[in-house]
Amino acid sequence: MALLEIRNLHARIKDDGREILRGVDLVIERGQVHAVMGPNGSGKSTLAYVLAGKDGYEVTEGQVLFDGEDLLALEPEERAQKGVFLAFQYPVEIPGVAGMTFLKTAINAHRRARGEGDLSTPDFMRRVRDASDRLQMTQDMLRRPINTGFSGGEKKRNEILQMTLLEPKLAILDETDSGLDIDALRIVSNGVNALRDPERSMLVITHYQRLLEHIVPDFVHVMSAGRVVRSGGKELALELEATGYADYGSDAA
Amino acid sequence: MSAEPRTLKTEAELALAEQYRGARAILPGSAAVARKRDEAFATFERLGLPHRRVEAWKYTDLRALMRVAVPVADPPNPVAVTAALTDADALAGIDRYRLIVADGHFQESQSDRQALLAEGVEVATLAEFLGFDHPSVLDILATPPGAGEDAIIALNAALATDGVVLIVPPGTIVSKPIEIVHVSTTTGATSSYSRSAVQVGAGASARLVVTRTGPLGIGYQANSVLGLSVGAGGRATVVDIAADGDRSQHLASFSARVAEGATLDHLALRAGAGLSRLQGYFSLEGEGAGLTASGANMLDAKAHGDVLLLIEHAAPATTSRLLYRNVAKDDAVGAFEGRILVRPVAQKTDGRMMVNTLLLSDSAEFAAKPELEIYADDVQCGHGATTGQIDETAVFYLQSRGVPRKEAEALLLKAFLAEPLAGVGDPALAAAVEPLVDAWLAGAPE
Repeated sequence: MALLEIRNLHARIKDDGREILRGVDLVIERGQVHAVMGPNGSGKSTLAYVLAGKDGYEVTEGQVLFDGEDLLALEPEERAQKGVFLAFQYPVEIPGVAGMTFLKTAINAHRRARGEGDLSTPDFMRRVRDASDRLQMTQDMLRRPINTGFSGGEKKRNEILQMTLLEPKLAILDETDSGLDIDALRIVSNGVNALRDPERSMLVITHYQRLLEHIVPDFVHVMSAGRVVRSGGKELALELEATGYADYGSDAA
Repeated sequence: MSAEPRTLKTEAELALAEQYRGARAILPGSAAVARKRDEAFATFERLGLPHRRVEAWKYTDLRALMRVAVPVADPPNPVAVTAALTDADALAGIDRYRLIVADGHFQESQSDRQALLAEGVEVATLAEFLGFDHPSVLDILATPPGAGEDAIIALNAALATDGVVLIVPPGTIVSKPIEIVHVSTTTGATSSYSRSAVQVGAGASARLVVTRTGPLGIGYQANSVLGLSVGAGGRATVVDIAADGDRSQHLASFSARVAEGATLDHLALRAGAGLSRLQGYFSLEGEGAGLTASGANMLDAKAHGDVLLLIEHAAPATTSRLLYRNVAKDDAVGAFEGRILVRPVAQKTDGRMMVNTLLLSDSAEFAAKPELEIYADDVQCGHGATTGQIDETAVFYLQSRGVPRKEAEALLLKAFLAEPLAGVGDPALAAAVEPLVDAWLAGAPE
C-alpha cells in the first residue's frame, strides 16, 4: 500500500467557488521524494493546504488515502498526529506564544495521540538542542515567540526544526526555497536531507529547479491548471529549467 | 416652552436615599466630614444614577442595570472573613503585607498593620482618618478633577464606611507588596462602600495590590474608590484585580497623580462580575512623569464590563503607554473608552493608547473608543483599536503541528491576554497574576 494516494482530487475555494484542483492524481510510496513543479496559480500550494486540512477549501470530488485511511475526513491536528507535516511557504508569526512552549505542546500532542506520556523537560531540551544545532539556530531564536521577528531564512529553518522534532511520515515542503539566500538554502536543504529515510516520504513543492539540486527528488511532476500533466524522473526538472513553463500555460487565475 | 422635565426617581435611587438617611448618624467622621457627606449625597440626588445620556456612562446605563439598591452590609462575622480569605487568596504564592477590608470594614486582627508600621509606612483605617482633626481629611472625600461630577463617586463619599489610608514617607522603599484585600462575605445580597488612599512620597517606592472577590450567585454590590499619589522621583506599581461573583455589581473608581520624574505601572484585571465598571483618572502632573497602564478584561456568560480611563498629560515631557486587551464570549457585553488629554503646557508629551478585543461568539459585543485631545503642538501621540476574532491562520498553524483546536485557541488567548501583564514592572507580580488568566480560560467554556 502506498503511503499517499491522491485520486482525481477536485477542490474549490469556499468563498467564491473557484475550482483550483481539477482532478489531481498522485501516488507516493514510502521513502520516496516527489517534487511538484508548475507555474504560479497551477494549484501547487492549494494541494499542500488541502492535504494539511486548511479551512477555506471544499473538496468536491476524489479522495486522498494516507496509510490507507481517508485523510480528508480528519481534522488538521489528527492529520499531523498521524504523520503529515506541512512546512509553510509563509510560516505564521505568533507573538506571545513562546517558541519552546509551542514545540513542547506540539511534541506532547503527538505523544498523547500515540498513547505515550509527555516528554520530560530534560529529554525535550536535549532533543531541541541537537536538532537546532544542526540547523545553526541560536538559543535566542528558540526563546523568542513563534517566528516573531525572524528573517525569512530563520522562519524556514524553524519549519525544518519542527519537522525534525515531529518526525513525520510525509513531509510537504511548500516553496521552502522562497526567500532563501544560497547559504540559508544549503542549511535548510541539509536539514531536510538529514531526514530522508526509507520510512519517510516527501512532497517538495517548488517553482524553481534550484531547490532540487539540493534536495534531489526521485520523481518530478508538473502541475498545470489544477492537474498533474506530466511526470518523470529528476531530469524533468532540468528540462523545465531550460524550457520554462510556457508549454504548460498558466492558470486562468 | 415646557418646564424642565423631571425624572421620576427609580426604586434604587429611593432606596439609596433611605439607606443614607438611616446610616448618616453612624457613619464615621467628624462634624465637618458629616457636612461633606451631606453635600456628596445631595450631588448624588441631583444627578441620580448615571444613564446613557451621561457621556461618561454611555455604555453602562446604571438606571437600567441597577434596578435595586441592596441594603448596606453590617460589619462581618470574623469566621466568615477567615473562610472567605482562605477561599479567595489569588496571590497565595506571593510574600506580601495584607490589609483586609471585608464588607466595607477594616479587619484589624487579620491585617499586617503592625508589620507595615515597622517598615515605616503610616497606616490608618479610613474610619480613623475621618476622625482626625485636620483640614486634609476632607480631601479624601473629594472627587478627582478628571471625573467631573460623578454620581457614583459622590455616592461613595456619602456612604464610605471604611478602607485604608497609607502614607509611604519620602525615600522609603517598601520591601514587600502591600495588598488591600476587599472581600464580600455575606450570604445575602448586600452593598459595601470602601474608600482608600495611598500616598507614595518623593523618592519612595511601593508595590500595591488591590484585590476584590466575592461569592458566586449572590447579587452583592460594591462601590470602591482609591486615590493614589506618587511624589517626585517616586515609583509605584499597582495591580488591581477584581474576580467577583457572577451576580455581583462592582463599581470601581480610582485616581492617580504622578509627580515630577515619578513612574506608575498600573495593571487592571477584570473577570467574573455580572456588572463591572472601572473608571480611572490618571494625571501626569510633574515634568518627566511616566505611566504604563495595562489591562486584561475577561467577559463571559452575561457579563457587562466597562472600562473608562482618562490619561491627562499636565506637564512637559510626560510619557504614557496604555495597552488593554479584552476578550468577550457567550452573551457578554463590554466597552472600553480611553482618552489621552494633553494640556497646553505638556510639550514633548509621548502618549500611546492601544486597545485590542477578541470576540469569541456571535452574540458577544464590545465597543472600543480611544480618543486623543491635544492642546500642545510638540507632542507624539497615537491611539488604535482592533476588534476581531481569533486568528484562524495562527490556529491552523498550531493545528498543523498536531495541537488540538481547543488547545491552540487557549494558547492564543493566553498569549493575547498575557501581553499586558508584562507591562507591570515587577516580573514576580506579573507571574503571580497569570494563573488568574489561566483559571478564566479553563473555567469559562464557550
